[in-house]
Amino acid sequence: MNFPILSIIIFLPLVGVLFILLNSGDEIKVKKTSFRVSLLTSLLVFIMSLFLWLQFDNTTKDFQFVENKKWIVDFINYRVGVDGISILFVVLTAFITPICIVATYNSVTNRTKDFFIALLVMETMMLGVFCSLDLFIFYLFFEAGLIPMFLIVGIWGGIRRVYAAFKFFLYTLFGSVFMLVAIIFIYLETGTTDIQTILSFNIDQKYQYWLWLGFFASFAVKTPMWPVHTWLPDAHVEAPTSGSVILAAILLKMAGYGFIRFSLGFFPIASAYFAPLIFALSIVAVIYTSLVALMQKDMKKLIAYSSVAHMGFVTIGIFAFNSQGIEGSIFQMISHGIVSAALFLCVGVVYDRMHTREISEYGGVVNTMPRYSVIFLVFILAGLGLPGTSGFVGEFLVLIGAFKANYLVAFFAATGVVLSACYSLWLYRRVIFGAVANDNVKLLKEINKTELATLLPLVFLTILLGVFPNIILDTISVSVENVISVYNEKLLILKQASIK
Amino acid sequence: MENLNLIYPEIFLSLLTIGLLMLGVFKKNSFNLIIRFSSIGLLLLIPVVYINNDISNELFSQNYLVDSFSIFMKILILGSSAIALFFTNEYIKNSSINQFEYPILVLTSILGMFVMVSSNNLMGLYLGIELQSLSLYVLASLNRDSIKSTEAGVKYFVLGALSSGLLLYGCSLIYGFTGSTNYYIIAKSFDANNLALLFGLVFILVGLAFKISAVPFHMWTPDVYEGSPTSVTAFFALAPKVAGMAAIIRILYVPFGNIVIEWQTILIFISVASMILGAVAAIGQSNIKRLMAYSGISHMGYALAGLVTGTKDGVASTILYVLIYVVMSIGSFVCILVMKRKNIYLENIRDLSGLSKNHPLVALSFVVILFSLAGIPPLAGFFAKFYIFMAVVKVEFYTLAVIGLVTSVISAFYYLRIIKIIYFDPSQEKFDPISSNGIKFSLAFSTLIILFYFLNPSIFTFFTNIATAAIK
Repeated sequence: MNFPILSIIIFLPLVGVLFILLNSGDEIKVKKTSFRVSLLTSLLVFIMSLFLWLQFDNTTKDFQFVENKKWIVDFINYRVGVDGISILFVVLTAFITPICIVATYNSVTNRTKDFFIALLVMETMMLGVFCSLDLFIFYLFFEAGLIPMFLIVGIWGGIRRVYAAFKFFLYTLFGSVFMLVAIIFIYLETGTTDIQTILSFNIDQKYQYWLWLGFFASFAVKTPMWPVHTWLPDAHVEAPTSGSVILAAILLKMAGYGFIRFSLGFFPIASAYFAPLIFALSIVAVIYTSLVALMQKDMKKLIAYSSVAHMGFVTIGIFAFNSQGIEGSIFQMISHGIVSAALFLCVGVVYDRMHTREISEYGGVVNTMPRYSVIFLVFILAGLGLPGTSGFVGEFLVLIGAFKANYLVAFFAATGVVLSACYSLWLYRRVIFGAVANDNVKLLKEINKTELATLLPLVFLTILLGVFPNIILDTISVSVENVISVYNEKLLILKQASIK
Repeated sequence: MENLNLIYPEIFLSLLTIGLLMLGVFKKNSFNLIIRFSSIGLLLLIPVVYINNDISNELFSQNYLVDSFSIFMKILILGSSAIALFFTNEYIKNSSINQFEYPILVLTSILGMFVMVSSNNLMGLYLGIELQSLSLYVLASLNRDSIKSTEAGVKYFVLGALSSGLLLYGCSLIYGFTGSTNYYIIAKSFDANNLALLFGLVFILVGLAFKISAVPFHMWTPDVYEGSPTSVTAFFALAPKVAGMAAIIRILYVPFGNIVIEWQTILIFISVASMILGAVAAIGQSNIKRLMAYSGISHMGYALAGLVTGTKDGVASTILYVLIYVVMSIGSFVCILVMKRKNIYLENIRDLSGLSKNHPLVALSFVVILFSLAGIPPLAGFFAKFYIFMAVVKVEFYTLAVIGLVTSVISAFYYLRIIKIIYFDPSQEKFDPISSNGIKFSLAFSTLIILFYFLNPSIFTFFTNIATAAIK
């Protein structure tokens, strides 16, 4: 296919930015036009990504829609393409961004124009991460996303926004520099930064461990894994609603995607060697952060900790090295992308009315906002993995995968399911049920149309994916099988080589 | 008969300086005229320098080289100085230090830098450094009525004289044991087992490290940066660093190119120390000029890391780094000159708050420049660092690469702090509107290069490769 559809999808938001930059004048008018322009561009990107998904051939493991252009002479080519794993993240990103834009319109009052610019730039960076077929380009997009996110948290965030923004930026940057060294080393070792070529290359065993750790440093911070997860609750709590949504729904998924694509694909021996480490850290994340979530007084913080726990499931699934585990992790990431985004939006709905996120300030919300309570319930249940919602499929598959790999790991991971039910349901009870807590709750207005417009598509998807998981599994299965077979093949070759 | 065509730039520059000096002495209030003539003269010199680009020539019995390396560096010096004169014009006038000596001293120092860059002889190098430094000492104390400025000049002079002495001592040792001051002859007759020669090498390195303010010879930098008038500080951060780095590159790779092992350790220490101190010491600064001084120190550390490798890639990456550093410095000093309320130039970082409300475009540019200084992709500063670390990893200095990258995270902290003040903090009184075209043009120039560098990152590598080709 000669039509550069992927590049257009990636860079279309920047065209929208240009249009927003050009309009000036009356503040309210500027806000309206920039809202329209950004919504239009992001919807266009979404439609194109859906088209991409329809055109996508899920019977082949190859990368599709590949584009290759010379960029840095004799060094790096601009290469983009998608396979069964990345295409879903592209669609997810394109789906979440318009929702964020709609959610922003009412809740952000100052510098709205700049906010839309930041969101659109962010979208380009995220799409670029999932589409790039070159390590250097991947790193470029991966890191460049820090700039708009730093500004989103720092400018439009809550009281401790400066602390949160700095922590987010420095933690992520610190992790990423090690990945940069690893990337440079891989380039010098293999002579290329082309991901497809490196995937077919057997990197010497003695280097694998260090390189794996280099990538791990970056992805562990981004996932985030215990004990480097502490930036996440701060960033989530302080970020404005749409910032939290982007962070939870997409930014965290970059790391899971990176684990599957790079850690497993490039360094099979090291991945197998370090799998117990990943399991241990993930189990700590699942159990410890669930317990921490139980004790939170702030709704956003509770959901942030639950994100850490859910991402723990994802990493367990990836390093189980079987098709159920990896498919489960991908499914879990997509599902978590939808559900956590929705939960943050739900918190945003009441926060915009009450201007507090303290759980104790709420109670009996069901009396004043019945419709909101139903929607919130759907996502709470999806979050704890109730059958029939998208949350169930991912967790279930991951647990099957984990059982195949290691009984003990599966046992501990399963306790996380129980714990997640505890903190989610308890949160729901305290906020929604019970007597009306105070006059502010009594005066709450029912959810409005804009908010419904952002939440209903998410409700629909949560249930749809819970009932028809094959929508996703069909797309990913061939690519996942390929990842696993390549992994096993390489493991075999390298093991034979080391015996000789 | 020597081919004097090759040193036309130097001849023109001397004549221009002398002519303008006459003009300044005999015509009263001729500052405007002289500064205009000197900026135009500098810009006109660029094609004169460039015209010899296809020749690699040796003059005065191989003691003066006009090769692609020196041409590249000279153009960089000329360009950055011309822009510096251009955007500091308004500051000089507003601070009523518009004496005609300012542009003339800049011109003489540039002449000195030309000699530094081209010289293939230790004596020539020393003469160039002295001509440059003496002009800079006077420039630092240009604001005669200010105690700080005078102090800066004296401090710079005393420490500079000391370092020149060390350099000269090193030169004499080298001369005594090799019998020549010519780089080529030194390279041939250098005996790595001779301890005195190594001592000479160390002394020369110390003298040159002082000129580019690398740790542990950086003590003068923060004080001089803070005390000098901002226009002079901006100039200090640009051309002298280029010339100093060029001199270091040539002296390490031509006369001492065969004994990389001997100076590698020293250079690693200087580089690592500069990166660490530059990153850590800048955190506590509240004066933006002092902060830029420390930032410059750490950037010189990165540039030196490229030289540590002893390879062609390393030299090319250092040259590219210096080039991008100059572009970023131009932008950041322009932004410092924008910090003006009620006709008073401000220097405290906290005074930047409200920039995003008053001058949204300047604020945006400053943020782009700061992220680039911190080395965040896809801005130019990232590519500069990337090439450096690529060269370093290639020769398997992993520890150096990791230290460099970790310090770049530490230094990201203080750049972020400035961004925080610009964007996150509540605004104060309004800034004065920007009237000078020089400021607008220079800021746009710097920001656009930094922002759109990623579209074609090979654009400068072509030139840096040609420049590197002359060295080894």
